[in-house]
Amino acid sequence: MNLFIQLMINGLIVGALYGVVAMCFVLIYKASQVVNFAQGEFLLIGAWVCWWLLTKQHLPFIWGFLISLAFMTLFGVLIQIVVLRPLIGEPVISVIMVTVGLSIFFQALMKWMFGVFAQPFPKIFAVTSVNILGLPVQSVYVMSLGVSLLIMLGFGYFFKFTRMGLAMRATAYNQTVAASLGISVKQVFALAWGISAMVSTVAGVVVGVVNGVSSGLSGYGLKVFPASILGGLDSIIGGLVGGILVGLMENLANFFDSQYLHWGNLYDVVPYYVMIVILMVKPYGLFGTEDIERV
Amino acid sequence: MEQRATDAGPPAPQPAPPLLQVNNIEVVYNDIILVLRGLSLSVPKGEIVALLGANGAGKSTTLKAISGLLWGEDGAVTRGEILFEGERINGLAGDKIVRRGIFQVMEGRRIIADMTCLENLKLGAFTRRDRGVRRDIEMVYDYFPRLKERTGLAGYLSGGEQQMLAIGRALMARPKLILMDEPSMGLSPLLVKEVFGIIRKLNRDLGITILLVEQNARMALQAASHGYIMEQGKIVLDGTASELIGNEDVKEFYLGGSEERRSFKNLKSFRRRKRWL
Repeated sequence: MNLFIQLMINGLIVGALYGVVAMCFVLIYKASQVVNFAQGEFLLIGAWVCWWLLTKQHLPFIWGFLISLAFMTLFGVLIQIVVLRPLIGEPVISVIMVTVGLSIFFQALMKWMFGVFAQPFPKIFAVTSVNILGLPVQSVYVMSLGVSLLIMLGFGYFFKFTRMGLAMRATAYNQTVAASLGISVKQVFALAWGISAMVSTVAGVVVGVVNGVSSGLSGYGLKVFPASILGGLDSIIGGLVGGILVGLMENLANFFDSQYLHWGNLYDVVPYYVMIVILMVKPYGLFGTEDIERV
Repeated sequence: MEQRATDAGPPAPQPAPPLLQVNNIEVVYNDIILVLRGLSLSVPKGEIVALLGANGAGKSTTLKAISGLLWGEDGAVTRGEILFEGERINGLAGDKIVRRGIFQVMEGRRIIADMTCLENLKLGAFTRRDRGVRRDIEMVYDYFPRLKERTGLAGYLSGGEQQMLAIGRALMARPKLILMDEPSMGLSPLLVKEVFGIIRKLNRDLGITILLVEQNARMALQAASHGYIMEQGKIVLDGTASELIGNEDVKEFYLGGSEERRSFKNLKSFRRRKRWL
């Protein structure tokens, strides 16, 4: 039983991170209709940059962190402007192939620059553990959950109350309508990529602090795919819920596998099976919107 | 207004240049489909001008050419120029043109269905950074009290309410010129009357210049001071609203009011009236 609760807490924490990355993925999809297969590389690059600033440049954590955020925002904007803007209006499949290419390119580049071995972050917090339901949970995990929640609240506030957030929603709704309101669609695209890369970096650094930085980080980009499809590709909330679901399912599968089934590797495949089942019942995903239409 | 005034004598009071001047524009879609062929019109400041014509004449295209929204449809102004307050605006992106003070209320309302009324109104003020936005929201609610009561998603509003929201959203931008594309579309006759009443009121109270595209020619000419009639991408007739209402051809084709004619034997179509150069 203890193991079960432990795994559920684990699932929730990891799931919240998946949720955050899935929101970033959905943000790009909603704003600019690009399925970004290089989402995981945003985590990877952000985490490596932060690691490099902390260990090689010996910056204090807060500065290293802020500089990597700024750098990655710029990086996201540049990727949009240089690589994806010329592809506006091209077939979806070409755009997808370009993001797959970006993913491969940056994975290789990171391996070339930083090596293939996992590198630990310098200790930022004294490792202590807190009690949750009578179980000791490492404080870094609690921090990770806290950061994820903060980001989610931030997203909620941004889209509900800020001028640019509303502009992004308008652009997602219809680009011509957005332009007719004076919104620069190009700017919104670039901003979406910038925010997405920045927030992914936060997730990347959090995972890096917990597990160390390695090329495994880009695996998040793959996990995010079932998460956001599960939730509905065009729903930010859906991405969030999908992420948490995937996190929980992984650990649930792990539990049953290790305790009873002993099939091995269920951990990795269960999210995809569940995605298929849910899509059979709800083709738009759990929260995906069919258009509101007055007839 | 007579442009060929005598240039002798003391500085005669120059006629104010029109707010919007469209000179001989040509619009092409997809690089091959010629939609507007040498269209010219002018909209004086503070007036309501109606642009009438049959389906497919190019009325909406004209508005989109002015507001810079052709790019979304792969269209472009290939010839001629569009002057707003004396400055050339063709070639500018749609969002830049909104910043100059031209706001288009698009055909079919095009409010953002998955946002609330208030969010739609706030988005109308996207280009503004002054502090008057809150006050203007109240002003819009004064014009359209029904919008204040609706707190749900705009997609669930009735057609008339959506049209009012679309007009209210335009007001939020504090534009100098509003381009209205078929405000009467899909509305009951009573609502059409109400909408046109509002259009006149906006023109009178706020001094907003309006270029109005309409199928409902009678309503449009009653509200407007001046009218243009389009056919196949050209202006074929123009004049003051009362001239047009009195014109036999207009009666025949657009107002549908002439009682005597029952046969289509003598039907004629407009020939191009050359009005430029």
